[in-house]
Amino acid sequence: MSTTPEHPTPSSASGPLKGPVQNIVETKLAEHFDLQHLQVENESSNHNVPAGSESHFKLVLVGECFASMSRVARHQSVHELLAAELAGPIHALAIHIFSPEQWRERFGDAPLSPPCLGGDGSLESA
Amino acid sequence: MTDAVVDNIKDQIESNPIILYMKGSPQAPQCGFSAQTINCLVECGERFAYVDILSNPDIRATLPGYSNWPTFPQLFVEGELVGGCDIITEMFEAGELKPLIKEASARAQAAEGDAEA
Repeated sequence: MSTTPEHPTPSSASGPLKGPVQNIVETKLAEHFDLQHLQVENESSNHNVPAGSESHFKLVLVGECFASMSRVARHQSVHELLAAELAGPIHALAIHIFSPEQWRERFGDAPLSPPCLGGDGSLESA
Repeated sequence: MTDAVVDNIKDQIESNPIILYMKGSPQAPQCGFSAQTINCLVECGERFAYVDILSNPDIRATLPGYSNWPTFPQLFVEGELVGGCDIITEMFEAGELKPLIKEASARAQAAEGDAEA
């Protein structure tokens, strides 16, 4: 199965205005990895930081390129790519990485529209 | 000085089968990611060691370079980096964390028993 991956379309659910850091993160990830899905969400407003901050992000990445990598190696590949941002403006980075197969196992054949991975376990009942 | 810190870290990771580097303590985590990780670990029901990196700034500064992992918390089991909050939570929800922790703990206890015998 070699479908041409859709052009990664970053979610627009994260707010009306994307800051410069978010744009850099999205661009780097989309250019570096061959992704079926990419979501970059600025979660800074959930934290005790000034309005408009770009300090806390959540990433959801789905790509065949991750299938053969361990969990730690997957995260390290993202850490490495975003090293400058992690050493600078980004204070916290939640990362959820799936191969397409893992994504289907977890979320079924639903289109790659991302459920929230907030970690409250509510998805388990689906 | 950094070499001494690295030696210290190596010693901690080697002598504790389950060790978490976190912000704050299990009783009073100082960060949501550390708190969530602690919840998963406590559910596994085994004893584990922890290091509060907020009160150990040299470990906080040195561990990321040693482990190739830039953020905290960081969980090590039997000398190996298992991951941070996202990976621990994922493994916990997939039912993979508990057996990993239980088995590591059982092996450590068996080794201790051998040493005492």
